[in-house]
Amino acid sequence: MRVNFTVNGRPQEADDVWEGESLLYVLRERLGLPGSKNACEQGECGSCTVRLDGVPVCSCLVAAGQVEGREVVTVEGLAEFAKERQEHGHGGSCGTGACGGTSLDEAKRWEARPQDSQTGEGVELSPIQQAFIDAGAVQCGFCTPGLLVAADEMLERNPSPTDADIREALSGNLCRCTGYEKILDAVRLAAARQERQGEAV
Amino acid sequence: MDFLRPASWEEALAAKAEHPTAVPIAGGTDIMVEINFDHRRPEYLLDLNRIELLREWEVGEESVRLGASVPYSQIMENLREELPGLALASHTVASPQIRNRGGVGGNLGTASPAGDAHPALLAAGAEVEVESVRGTRLIPIDEFYKGVKRNALEPDELIKTVHVKKADGPQQYSKVGTRNAMVIAVCAFGLALHPETRTVRTGIGSAAPTPVRATAAEEFLNAALEEGGFWDNGRIITPSIAKQFADLASGACNPIDDVRGTAKYRRHAVGIMARRTLGWTWEQYRAGNGRTLEGAA
Repeated sequence: MRVNFTVNGRPQEADDVWEGESLLYVLRERLGLPGSKNACEQGECGSCTVRLDGVPVCSCLVAAGQVEGREVVTVEGLAEFAKERQEHGHGGSCGTGACGGTSLDEAKRWEARPQDSQTGEGVELSPIQQAFIDAGAVQCGFCTPGLLVAADEMLERNPSPTDADIREALSGNLCRCTGYEKILDAVRLAAARQERQGEAV
Repeated sequence: MDFLRPASWEEALAAKAEHPTAVPIAGGTDIMVEINFDHRRPEYLLDLNRIELLREWEVGEESVRLGASVPYSQIMENLREELPGLALASHTVASPQIRNRGGVGGNLGTASPAGDAHPALLAAGAEVEVESVRGTRLIPIDEFYKGVKRNALEPDELIKTVHVKKADGPQQYSKVGTRNAMVIAVCAFGLALHPETRTVRTGIGSAAPTPVRATAAEEFLNAALEEGGFWDNGRIITPSIAKQFADLASGACNPIDDVRGTAKYRRHAVGIMARRTLGWTWEQYRAGNGRTLEGAA
């Protein structure tokens, strides 16, 4: 079957989709967006987290046919999404396709280290991505995309989270390297920077 | 496999009548796992995501009409006052990502004894509204669960709404698992005080082939509270009453040994949860702020 939906602000069409296929498979194998990671395929690990109509979900548990006509934001579009949100106020308009969005080619070329993976310089990053780099919250990196999408959504909803809020918001995302402390640091850092920026404006 | 995408409830009922083997998919958090792991290849998937009315709820005089697909995150956020037990249970479901997709209809459709919503529905009192092209039925929650992963639905029926009684007193929910997130209950217990009728209702999860009420424990407690004038004098429930209640709740279990826990452990833990949830709810009742969620699971 054919599925039409919006990914990172741009309309996309996936063809020859098998009826039992997941949104995750469509993103990775049909649209060439491997940022969302395929790990457990049962909703346990959160590494495939994307936003579906603004809401974080495990893309491995969404049937491809269910996203017909809907809006998806993946980690590849996160920088653009965060930028739009900052420019157009709370919530952003990118998820609704109102912004220019990230083209598929741009998204496919996206990598965390075209210039300098240690500092994030020379590549457009969302504040949460920059905070993960600065706090050393990335080790093997496999869980990172899901965590970024989940953490970014929490900071949009709850700009001054307590540690308990952060833990709960990220409770559906497993990391086996970091022990989570650096990840919590990164989210606190992003929240603090967001707050400072809010004050400056 | 065919993917059916009805745009309306009527279309969905027609599709289910035409293809009774069609498997409804709403949040997908159960069925997609089975498909991903090749455990199941339904001939038809019946997508219910486009049907708005399943995602709506309405707070009435006596009960809340809860659409089958209202996600758990919405129940937690919007129905804490009216359905405190179910809101607490919803909060224990898996993770934020899963709670954003899954709803009570899925728990009822799957009818796993481990579904988190069941004990809360049993304790609150609820009716499941199911519909087919032949008409509508209201099935009392006590008659809905028919066996391990079997429910009272006919092949052509779909779950439309759940009518859950609005809380008239404190409700609590407790669940045993290895961590707070992402666990299937080892066992769970829901308890609701109903001061208007001076009754107590309970629900046990994951400790019998189906979710069950601890009816003997309820009857004992109803009688003991009445006899001691507890509803009026608001005294602390005596340890011997609480213990007897816990033992009877434990006795209502018919658990098995499995990877998550032994039958013996489940019986024990249900007794403990029964005693604790009784203590929590009774403290709330005594404090007179019957609907707060303090001291929650």
